[in-house]
Amino acid sequence: MKQFWKSMLKSPSGVIGLVILLLAISVAVFGPMLFPNSPWRMVQRPFLPPFTLSTVPLGTDALGRDVFAGMIFGARVSLLVGLVSTLVALIVGVPIGAMAGYFGGKVDDALMRFTEFFQTIPSFALAIVLVAILQPSIYSIVASIAIVSWPPVARLVRGEVLSLRTREYVQAAVVTGQSNSWIILREILPNALSPVIVLASLMVATAILLESSLSFLGLGDPNLISWGYMVGAGRTVIRQAWWITVFPGVAILISVLGLNLIGEGLNDALNPRLSREGR
Amino acid sequence: MLSFVAQRVVKGVIVLLAIVVLNFFLIRLAPGDPAMVMAGEAGATDQVFVKQLREKFGLDKPLPEQLFIYVKGVVTLDLGFSFRQQAPVAKLIGERLPATLLLTLTAFAISLALGVLFGTFAARFAGTFLDTAITVFALIFYAMPIFWVALMGILLFSVTMDWLPSFGYETVGANLTGPAHALDVAKHLIMPAMTLGLFFMATYTRMTRASMLEVKRLDFVKTARAKGLSDAVIQRRHVLRNALLPVVTLAGVHSGTLIGGAVITETVFAWPGIGRLMYDALLQRDYNLLLGVFVICSAMVLIFNLITDLVYRLVDPRIEFAS
Repeated sequence: MKQFWKSMLKSPSGVIGLVILLLAISVAVFGPMLFPNSPWRMVQRPFLPPFTLSTVPLGTDALGRDVFAGMIFGARVSLLVGLVSTLVALIVGVPIGAMAGYFGGKVDDALMRFTEFFQTIPSFALAIVLVAILQPSIYSIVASIAIVSWPPVARLVRGEVLSLRTREYVQAAVVTGQSNSWIILREILPNALSPVIVLASLMVATAILLESSLSFLGLGDPNLISWGYMVGAGRTVIRQAWWITVFPGVAILISVLGLNLIGEGLNDALNPRLSREGR
Repeated sequence: MLSFVAQRVVKGVIVLLAIVVLNFFLIRLAPGDPAMVMAGEAGATDQVFVKQLREKFGLDKPLPEQLFIYVKGVVTLDLGFSFRQQAPVAKLIGERLPATLLLTLTAFAISLALGVLFGTFAARFAGTFLDTAITVFALIFYAMPIFWVALMGILLFSVTMDWLPSFGYETVGANLTGPAHALDVAKHLIMPAMTLGLFFMATYTRMTRASMLEVKRLDFVKTARAKGLSDAVIQRRHVLRNALLPVVTLAGVHSGTLIGGAVITETVFAWPGIGRLMYDALLQRDYNLLLGVFVICSAMVLIFNLITDLVYRLVDPRIEFAS
């Protein structure tokens, strides 16, 4: 573990990414306590340009709502959706991949056909259809993002399990008569974890992008403000008020960038063999 | 070669049928009566239309029979009727398809060409300032949401500099023909295609760079060098050709994302393709149209995947088709 942090902190992208993520998390957790301005309430005249009033540093939108407050409250939605939907995707994808890789044969065939099927469906289009049909809410958004993002997890885990299954310590566990689930959970999965962690960090980034795109199209949770929704709402008045679309977009860009950098840092730290130049 | 293609086509058709079945169940997932769902918010008030839908899809019959009727309809390209637009869904999609193909294929070509170019440069000059600059730019473009890139493009090139039109497929009311019309469309195409292409360009840049650096270390490159081949020949014929393989695979994997990006891009730029149609269907809760577009998008992805599979076999020097 110590070794891991050491190499993680040696990679510049990992450090920058970690700093960005910590910043984003603290904004999401503490921000709303420090800036209790509701993002839905009218606080000033509409279209107030940024940097004119210190109480509303980033100006107001078409309804006189505080853009800065929206960005702070939006951080909660983005990070929450990103993390939870990735977690759900892992809960679905890891067992499917593990079973396919461990049992092989017909089980593998069936599970992989199923996975490939989901991988072929255009993910964003499916997410749109799912959220539209289930009605937009934070639950339907998380569910549809998870449904479109688990297949890569299953494929990755399957590949890892497939190569670990033939290792001697796994064979030893088989010989000593351990149950299949014990072998998968205690012997194989812990050793397949590092590439899954790398993938998961990148999935959180993708999930944030997906959530913001859904909200942008008007499929966000109507009760929660999010960065994508703010950009979507500012879109029609972009000629008069650039700041309404620019700032939330920068927030999305920075958080996604941070998570991608963490993914690179993790990759360097967890798979040292692959990190020489390249990648 | 032929048997490979036939095999892949059969597989694609099976997947497409599975997607149609999925669609059938998606309609039933929505709260409320399937006939009401298919009619959409506007059509549900029209009792005659709802009754027609019920009869047409046999909604009083058992579920397997309903499924059969539905699949039969889609297979014969009958995707239902959009009450909102007062037109058959298949016709609406057919009208919009060419614009989407133009947009996605242009974006794809731009992203692939520029991505491979930048990636090759970055790998060639690995560790230098040029490499770092390309890598950082790729990272940033990779993290930008497409809708935001689109809006920033409009802000910069339409609002501030007034170089490019901010929406539409052609200048309304200009009635241009021939080359003047083509030029007009091209002018409208630049921003949407660049917007959609940037994200993928970043991906291909990163992939090409990583893959070239990896291939460079392999033994056959050393052999080529030992044979005394010039650096340019080694880079082009040995390294690049092999390094392109993962890029081609990635292009296939990303075809679904490309379609998804087209929905966003077309929405922002009011580009009259099926992505914009999907957005309109979404706004009007026109579920039948929404699901129709979804099936067509999936079919496009399948076709694109088939093509990339073929290209992969053509590019990969190790695979040869048994004739």
